[in-house]
Amino acid sequence: MQETPLADSHRNLSARMVPFAGWNMPVQYTEGILAEHAHTRNAASLFDICHMGEFRVKGDNSAAALDSVFARPVADQPVGVCRYNFLLNDQGGVLDDLIVYRLGENEFYIVVNAGTRVGDAERIASLLPDGVEFTDESDATAKLDLQGPESAKVLAAAGLDIVALPRYFRWIKTTVNGIDCLLSRTGYTGELGFELYFPAEKAEAMWNYLLSIDPVKPAGLGARDTLRLEMGYALYGHELDTETTPLEAGYGAMLKLDQMPDRNFPGSNALRNGSPTKNLVGIKLESRRAAREGTIVFNGSDEVVGKVTSGAFSPSLGYAVAMAYLNADSGLTTGDQVLLDAGRTKLNGTIVELPFYSEGTAGIKL
Amino acid sequence: MKYYSEDHEWIEVKGRVAVVGISEHAAEELGDITYVELPMEGDDVIVGDAICVVESVKAAADVYAPISGSIAAVNDALEDHPELINQSPEDDGWIYKLKDFEEDDLADLMNTDQYFKFLKES
Repeated sequence: MQETPLADSHRNLSARMVPFAGWNMPVQYTEGILAEHAHTRNAASLFDICHMGEFRVKGDNSAAALDSVFARPVADQPVGVCRYNFLLNDQGGVLDDLIVYRLGENEFYIVVNAGTRVGDAERIASLLPDGVEFTDESDATAKLDLQGPESAKVLAAAGLDIVALPRYFRWIKTTVNGIDCLLSRTGYTGELGFELYFPAEKAEAMWNYLLSIDPVKPAGLGARDTLRLEMGYALYGHELDTETTPLEAGYGAMLKLDQMPDRNFPGSNALRNGSPTKNLVGIKLESRRAAREGTIVFNGSDEVVGKVTSGAFSPSLGYAVAMAYLNADSGLTTGDQVLLDAGRTKLNGTIVELPFYSEGTAGIKL
Repeated sequence: MKYYSEDHEWIEVKGRVAVVGISEHAAEELGDITYVELPMEGDDVIVGDAICVVESVKAAADVYAPISGSIAAVNDALEDHPELINQSPEDDGWIYKLKDFEEDDLADLMNTDQYFKFLKES
């Protein structure tokens, strides 16, 4: 199993370490998942995300090249902007979901999931023409997520000018604690937040520095999961996988397939010519009792209509929530009742729109 | 006098009623408890039966009957405040009470010292 440069720091904080995508990661610290979740929604939490991968793509025509690699347009992405995007297989299934940063006219930064990083690097590199340079910088790069409504104030306390902080889904280059970093206003919690990328050898220094600024507290992958679930954000391996297209996951519009009929990328034919076999929905459970991944979803006539991909008690809402794929012909829609088979009992749920939690501060104007 | 089972339940006899919950060790292992499926008052239970479920953010665990008896009461506070188990697993976080219980079954359980030894050896 791999460890980030902060593994000892986590152990010193008495974190409970668990395996995740081949990495030994903190699932929680001493206060527990519910407290870490609440602290992120109310104040500011710091997450070790060093396990994710980072690639740099550079060269003339890199924009056009990447436009032919990812599912969502890259060629028209302005410099300074980050876009959520997908790497697909030839059948339109998702190999990974990722964020593309346009660093310059001819320079891009791609941030990918930990478990898929090696496969992503191979595939992206193989799809790029000569003259476009691909570098896997993952091992040399540390990533920390600072998330919560107080996170801008934290960066101000660190000496940054709030007015100079990036707008939502934009990035800047700046210096924190004397460490040069790429700072983007992105995250996976639904709260105002930032992701910091900087040299791996500075990981401990940056981690300790940010933790020393009130009210920052560490938070682990347990809270990261409950936070993203409340927002209805996909987690690769659950809502997205090689058997699922971005259209089925609800991300069809951003691909602009109709507006850009001449745009081709691996999987584009399959998306244009195929039709979705399922669609992602949110389900609000009637109690605190969770329906977890794999739970079968039934309609009112006891027919199987789908399966849960993620589910847990929602700390901010006080009831359990689940994300599930319903078969395309289920005939069910928002407001309809479903039954979830949790083994010994069947749980009642209602199909609801995502996100489950709508008080998130992610997009606020600073 | 408190007794413990190998499944990490504790049981404390208070006259004709025995109070049952999960141990501090079990509560710590589970993490923040988000839901407790309480048993029904009046139900008869046999030692070893899985009679209720405790769920945490990441896991679910069965709670067993450490001795045979009949459910005399359940801790209704746990319905809206399951976190009571984390705050006070061996006191206010009790889960159910048994009456008409089988006293002899207590002999198969561990006392506090034996339980701590058992934890160390696992």
